[in-house]
Amino acid sequence: MAAFAPARGLSRVFDSDLWWSFTRSPVVVVSAVVALTMILSALLAPWIAPHDPFNLATLDLLDAFTPPVWLEEGNWRFLLGTDDQGRDVLSTIMHGARISLFVGFASVLFSMTLGISLGLIAGYLGGTTDAVLMRIADIQLTFPSILVALLIDGLVRAMLPRELHDQIALWVVIFAIGISNWVQFARTVRGSTLVEKNKEYVMAARVIGLSPVRIMVSHVLPNVMGPVLVIATLNLGFAILAEATLSFLGVGVPPTQPSLGTLIRIGNDFLFSGEWWITLFPGITLAVMVLSVNLLGDWLRDALNPKLR
Amino acid sequence: MFAFIVSRLLQAIPVMLTVSLISFAMFAYVGDPVTIMLGQDYTEAQREALVRELGLDQPFFIQFIEFLHNAVQFEFGLSYRLARPVSDLILERMPATLELSFTAAFLALAIGVPMGVYTGLYRDSWLSRFFLTISLIGVSLPTFLIGILLILVFAVILGVLPSFGRGETVAIGWWTTGFLTVSGLRALILPSITLGLFQMTLIMRLVRSEMLEVLRTDYIKFARARGLSNRAVHFGHALKNTLVPVITITGLQLGAIIAFAIVTETVFQWPGMGLLFIQAVANADIPIMAAYLLLIALLFVIINLIVDLLYYAVDPRLRGGLRAAGGR
Repeated sequence: MAAFAPARGLSRVFDSDLWWSFTRSPVVVVSAVVALTMILSALLAPWIAPHDPFNLATLDLLDAFTPPVWLEEGNWRFLLGTDDQGRDVLSTIMHGARISLFVGFASVLFSMTLGISLGLIAGYLGGTTDAVLMRIADIQLTFPSILVALLIDGLVRAMLPRELHDQIALWVVIFAIGISNWVQFARTVRGSTLVEKNKEYVMAARVIGLSPVRIMVSHVLPNVMGPVLVIATLNLGFAILAEATLSFLGVGVPPTQPSLGTLIRIGNDFLFSGEWWITLFPGITLAVMVLSVNLLGDWLRDALNPKLR
Repeated sequence: MFAFIVSRLLQAIPVMLTVSLISFAMFAYVGDPVTIMLGQDYTEAQREALVRELGLDQPFFIQFIEFLHNAVQFEFGLSYRLARPVSDLILERMPATLELSFTAAFLALAIGVPMGVYTGLYRDSWLSRFFLTISLIGVSLPTFLIGILLILVFAVILGVLPSFGRGETVAIGWWTTGFLTVSGLRALILPSITLGLFQMTLIMRLVRSEMLEVLRTDYIKFARARGLSNRAVHFGHALKNTLVPVITITGLQLGAIIAFAIVTETVFQWPGMGLLFIQAVANADIPIMAAYLLLIALLFVIINLIVDLLYYAVDPRLRGGLRAAGGR
């Protein structure tokens, strides 16, 4: 019996409406392939990257500013050229994408957890709790989320001593981006919870004396998750962009762990001296990454929306 | 109308109070202004004198009232880093940011709305598909990357436009403007396109989907049946009814433009408030951060109020329900 379970799971995937709508759209298939390739090469970067850009022993300043291979003076050892310290641009991009994706996923997970919890609480308990939480959400929505993230980042920076901040800077960025995005999750979950909580199964759970926490988590939550996943996908692209923007502004992840945004910032200094590849290739990677994630998110939203079927 | 404005202003009070409280909490609990202002060597007596002078020995609530009192007079003390009054710093930088933001918003509207109308009316033409593809790319490219690409093409390769600064400015009272000199206008081109592009694509998509929605309605069919010209139907009937959401989004996006001006100003070394703010964040310069936050909040509240007022100008249906909406 157990041996059949994965096969049955697979056939459930391939028979589903979602799979059908997936295979119908070439754009979506392409973006899924691109996104998967990027995620895989980022995950495997330490093993498959042609060079180790953070191992100082392998760096040679004589290799600095090598142009991409198709230009004159290009070198097959460095497909996309090298930066000012002789680091291979392709390898730094792969390692940078790793940081960018990690911060993206982690901050979406954080805002999702926060938003779902607060949304459930607001919707299920109602009353003053609801009013206060939604009022806070309204006020936060008055400000663009990138500004909120910047502000939180700046505050944490001011509160922590410099050495400590450099150590945990990555987590500070995740925290800042996560906080700046919880409202959308909370509002959606709250809305669905308001509908669900008057249904009979919730009544029944209440009658048999389950605790409110238990009802919220194991009864209401599974029924409000659908839209949440769509918002999470759409937010992933935003979170990656937010991280890149913070890092580009020099207040994101520390230079010792460069993300795509950091690479673009570093490369930007060399734009005028003609070394465009240092900034352009990380830029293209970032744009393609966000574009494919956004296309997947758009498709998921439309595919799961019964009105558009 | 008057009652409506008053009720909207009353709603803005809790927002402004919350933001002031956050700003004040930043002043009071983040970092230690006394140590920063005294430097390395000081006696305990000097310390206590300064604490008293700054009013830091007062209870929280009294300090907050004092802070509000100063904030209303736009008095935020000295910048930790630049040792100049924060209000002076912000005032001399504000014109640059506002000129940039409004130019970007104007571009976004002036190009986005016609593009949206066109793609809505001729949804299958190749030009529409082209616009839509461009807009998708515009949404996925981060602002700073657009700026870098524009600099690469127009400043580095072609060398036709300046890549940083505001060019020459003319002072009108305390306001410095770049609108009146050629170099000022040339310097404005790349930053305002960078800043406006995202909003332009957003407005285009919004107008397009609203147009598609409206063109399906019965009153459009009726207008066509009456034999009105295409022009009258499209612009007099359809476009007018798409304006309410467009105004909302544009209003909200004006806030986003001012926020993203931080990024654009960094790319183009544009001497505005955003550049000041990002330098303050990087150096934990609390007074500038607090003042900027309050000023932005005030700006957003004003923008929201103007947006609400414009609704009434555009949508006559709302005028009848004014009292109901105002009491919300």
